Amino acid sequence: MQIFHRSTNTISRVSLFGAVFFLGLLGWLFYELEASPYTTQQTVAREQPVQFSHAHHVGAIGIDCRYCHTSVEKAAFAGIPPTKTCMNCHSQIWAQSPYLEPVRESFRTGRSLEWIRVHDLPDFAYFNHAIHVNKGIGCETCHGRVDQMPLVRQAARLQMAWCLECHRNPEKFIRPREEVFTMGYVPPVDQATLGPELVRRYHLRDRAVLESCSTCHR
Amino acid sequence: MSAGKGALPVHAGAGGAEPLPIDFAALSRRLESERGRGLWRSLEELANTPEFRAALQGEPSAKNLEDLELQGFDRRDLFRFLGVSFALAGMTACTRQPAEKIVPYVRQPEEIIPGGRPLYFATAMTVSGLATGLLVESQQGRPTKAEGNPLHPASLGATDLYSQAALYSLYDPDRSQTLEYLDEIRPWISFLGAAREIADAERGNGGAGLRILTETVSSPTLASQLAGLQRAFPAARWVQWEPAGRDNARAGARLAFGRYVDVVPDLTAADVILSLGCDFLACGPGHLSLTRQFSARRRPESGAMNRLYVVETVPTVTGANADHRLPLSSARMEAFARELAAAVRQGGASTGDPFLRALLEDLRAHRGRSAVLVGDEQPPAVHAVGHAVNEALGNFGRTLRTTEPAEAFPTDQLAALRSLCADMDAGRVTTLVILGGNPVFTAPADFRFTERLQKVGRRVHLSLEKDETSAACHWHIPEAHFLESWSDARAFDGTASIVQPLIAPLYDGRTAHEVVAALSGSPETSAYDLVRGYWQTRMGGDFEGSWRRALHDGVIAGTASAQVRVQANGAEPPGLASGPGGTGGAAGGGDLDIVFRPDPRIHDGRFANNGWLQELPHPITRLTWDNAALLSLSTASRLGIAKEDILELSLAGRTVRAAAWVEPGLPDATVLVHFGYGRTRAGRLGSGTGFNAYALRSSDALWSGSGLAIRKVGGKHPLACTQLHQNMEGREIVRAANLADYAKDPGFVHEREKEPAKALSLYPEYPSHTHAWGMAIDLSACVGCNACVLACQAENNIPVVGKDQVRRGREMHWLRIDHYYGGEPANPAHFFQPVPCMHCENAPCELVCPVGATVHSAEGLNDMVYNRCVGTKYCQNNCPYKVRRFNFYHYSTQFRAPSLKMLANPDVTVRWRGVMEKCTYCVQRLNAGKIAAEVDNRPLRDGEVTPACAQACPAEAIVFGDLADPDSRVRRLRQNPRAYSLLAELGTRPRTTYLGQVRNPNPALAKPLPTTFPPTMLDDETGQK
Repeated sequence: MQIFHRSTNTISRVSLFGAVFFLGLLGWLFYELEASPYTTQQTVAREQPVQFSHAHHVGAIGIDCRYCHTSVEKAAFAGIPPTKTCMNCHSQIWAQSPYLEPVRESFRTGRSLEWIRVHDLPDFAYFNHAIHVNKGIGCETCHGRVDQMPLVRQAARLQMAWCLECHRNPEKFIRPREEVFTMGYVPPVDQATLGPELVRRYHLRDRAVLESCSTCHR
Repeated sequence: MSAGKGALPVHAGAGGAEPLPIDFAALSRRLESERGRGLWRSLEELANTPEFRAALQGEPSAKNLEDLELQGFDRRDLFRFLGVSFALAGMTACTRQPAEKIVPYVRQPEEIIPGGRPLYFATAMTVSGLATGLLVESQQGRPTKAEGNPLHPASLGATDLYSQAALYSLYDPDRSQTLEYLDEIRPWISFLGAAREIADAERGNGGAGLRILTETVSSPTLASQLAGLQRAFPAARWVQWEPAGRDNARAGARLAFGRYVDVVPDLTAADVILSLGCDFLACGPGHLSLTRQFSARRRPESGAMNRLYVVETVPTVTGANADHRLPLSSARMEAFARELAAAVRQGGASTGDPFLRALLEDLRAHRGRSAVLVGDEQPPAVHAVGHAVNEALGNFGRTLRTTEPAEAFPTDQLAALRSLCADMDAGRVTTLVILGGNPVFTAPADFRFTERLQKVGRRVHLSLEKDETSAACHWHIPEAHFLESWSDARAFDGTASIVQPLIAPLYDGRTAHEVVAALSGSPETSAYDLVRGYWQTRMGGDFEGSWRRALHDGVIAGTASAQVRVQANGAEPPGLASGPGGTGGAAGGGDLDIVFRPDPRIHDGRFANNGWLQELPHPITRLTWDNAALLSLSTASRLGIAKEDILELSLAGRTVRAAAWVEPGLPDATVLVHFGYGRTRAGRLGSGTGFNAYALRSSDALWSGSGLAIRKVGGKHPLACTQLHQNMEGREIVRAANLADYAKDPGFVHEREKEPAKALSLYPEYPSHTHAWGMAIDLSACVGCNACVLACQAENNIPVVGKDQVRRGREMHWLRIDHYYGGEPANPAHFFQPVPCMHCENAPCELVCPVGATVHSAEGLNDMVYNRCVGTKYCQNNCPYKVRRFNFYHYSTQFRAPSLKMLANPDVTVRWRGVMEKCTYCVQRLNAGKIAAEVDNRPLRDGEVTPACAQACPAEAIVFGDLADPDSRVRRLRQNPRAYSLLAELGTRPRTTYLGQVRNPNPALAKPLPTTFPPTMLDDETGQK
């Protein structure tokens, strides 16, 4: 007795075969979602309590990164400037600007400004600015052209695979120490010759050391 | 009093580590007949009963299934949950990070770099009046870790248990947070009003009704304030009471020298040390510096070794390190001391006792190069005799010096408390101000302190916790923790330190300085002004400079006590010789002796709510979360008592119920109890743990008494003992030799070793890189004090798991100290071995992890990647050293208490449920050191990076460094002939290595050290050998 119709054979074959594709598609979708700006927040500009423009302060005026991010060369955290740093200039210029009222209010009341963190690594990754800056990794390499960002956005994906691109091949990204804070840096000679030379000169550790888990995770 | 009775919950133990029934009588018989020689972990192991072997081979996870069954799971439910958890596990990766805020300063203080390097401030911690200097780490304004202050004489860079655990007390969520009058919250100002009323009322009759009760005070500022108060109220009395006090030492000094002096030993020059019940390696004045001096002369390659004789009643850390230990009942201690003194004085007399004869010859041969140390618990006569022996041997001025007392006002505290109680009883006390301490809990039972306290009209109590005494007082003032307050204190040698705060008081706590100032009519004066004002008059010259120097260094230069030259009275101390031991013989109908000691972890009870100290295994018994009535093996078998039996102890009409524990090395017919447990108002962790031994402690039997009767009342009180976890299964784990054998063969540790050739491994070698991190632990230097265990816990955010979890073998300490017994259970030798992760070069754990969560770093660390770990526990099963710890529950929820969150080290991940963890060699410090060196463009110096354990170690037994550096200390130690790897035969090639222990027994008494395992074990395991 024939219980199933003949077409059942085709359906079962197609569904078995299709399942493989379907699972593959799911996997691909999942990966894309994980790597997409939806998850990583890459390129998403964040609203901040003060309309502070890096494009103006860095790009137009040319203030050095270290004027505000004072501890970038000696500590894990680059440092967010205290209100006092803003007031160094803005007690004199734009002193009445309504845009800067939150800054003045903070200075008056002693209550801190609360900035939204743009580059937010997970808590189990222990990133250290000092070592990167001292080994010739430019700000721009990770943070992008901050001098062209009116509102700062996350330029890179900041996922582990992205970190490892450089930890495995630092010679592709390294630059002379004098150029670390330069925006729009162009290697004076071919990076393929300069990179390995700098890696040697700055005593970068072996790839195996840079790749070890405990280098970043504790 | 009633606190102890019936306080012990009774239930059937279901844990994985409960002691197994042992037929003690049979065990004793068998040991007598044959195999008393050998190393063993526990009496259960030594007895080697079928139950023990079954427990060894049983499925450990079967115990864990009981958890599930308790929650009503059956097999099908289990599979359902398993399936759902598996399906949902992946979903947890799908979270988006929530937006975080960065909150910068408005005006950034100088030197603070948020997220940068922590700052360190010098301060000092006092226990029983004496200070230990500390450097406390401050992460953005919150203290997170205490380190020793290398400039401070009582620390020399090392720390003890209490200083490590101080931070837990600071952030303890159960600390008193409000000032209260009759349980109503009041502001500080209302107490100031009350203080003025008190002062006005008392002034009339010169303060005749005013009493101040403090703990032992060494603070020069507080002492001068109290002296000022005394001038204002000439008839008032200041009483000091310390339950674990030094009355006997003071009385002994007075007997011998005619006045109060402190005797400060210098063990660097001592070839022969005799301790008469003095646990100088674990507690007491200057124990950290004494450990440093003692251990420096325990390494056979660095000069002549010292020799330690210990005559003691209770097994202590010092006794465990002795070359010769003689257990004596407390009643016989004085007789022994007198016999020794007589023999030393007479010269040639030789006694029949071989121990005493050998000791005498050794002491005589080392005149001026020996030291006799007497424990604070020994009766004054023993102290006097000890001083006389030292005098006769010419030790004063060489290994010992006599100094002015470090305490501000040395006195007979017991007598003072007795007269205070009498005054209270007679209604002569109208105001009692208690500054710190918990006398309701700690006063001798016969003083009926609580009852008499009720007769005092105005009772004020200043304390960290709202404890038993607070409950009996009208006013309760929350005390500022020492990390929140300005004060000063003296070390054992008199060196003064400024106590400076690391953080503003969390709960508006006050210091004793402020309370006394309020009573003295200057309520507005802050503790800072008082302390600074005091030193302003004494520092002279450039005060501002000296003050800043004192704050920076943590010591005030030139404040050490002056040496006093006194002659010890050589005559027999009179009067006190009567009666057994002179420490009271409260007849109570029983035939047993009882000995009281402060608990080595929670001290006199003040640290009862400190989770770190509660979970720390007792250095000898390895009990956690409890105290017990400890008995010797033969006494237990005579009375038919098994471990965990509930006993009723009766002494002089007072009774208390306690759990029994059998501890080898106690004298027979002696019951040892530790006081400090049995608190009723300690907080969530401390209340209801253990039993209250104070309930039996009376003023005539403060440290020991006779006439104790015990009775089994039926039932068991489960105890959590880590000694029963991890058995050695017949392997050569701890290795030791006598000096003579070491001289013959310095490589004795390798005698029976069979390390496989490197080529035998199937896996390729890891290529070598710049650094190869390694650690060496010198078992000759290690005294087993436990400081490293707590330092590791504090540094690495290691959670407290609780008694029930400890009983299941789930304690989380990354570094444990294994304790082995050797030889006869009546007086066994003790061996300690700290065991961190071995960081094997061929690590068995790495090979079995299915998700690559534990991997080898290029510099040889065995990395643990918490984020990859899915909790299969294969690594734990495959680790031969049992150093991996699994988070069965979300233990780190302790950090959810807002105050305990501040305790966490921001440089170390807080681990969560289902994740394996273990020692990392403090990789956070390693990375910080490496980065600092690379930023400065220089090589990392040897010793620049110190893991928390090595930093805390007073004995400098743990050395960490770079094995690739030919000049590093760790490399040199590895080339030492005593160096050996644990379980080298497995071919794991550990990076942590040990240096075998060498002991220096008197050749006249020397017995071969136990090195082999009792053959019984091997017989049953393998059927041969």
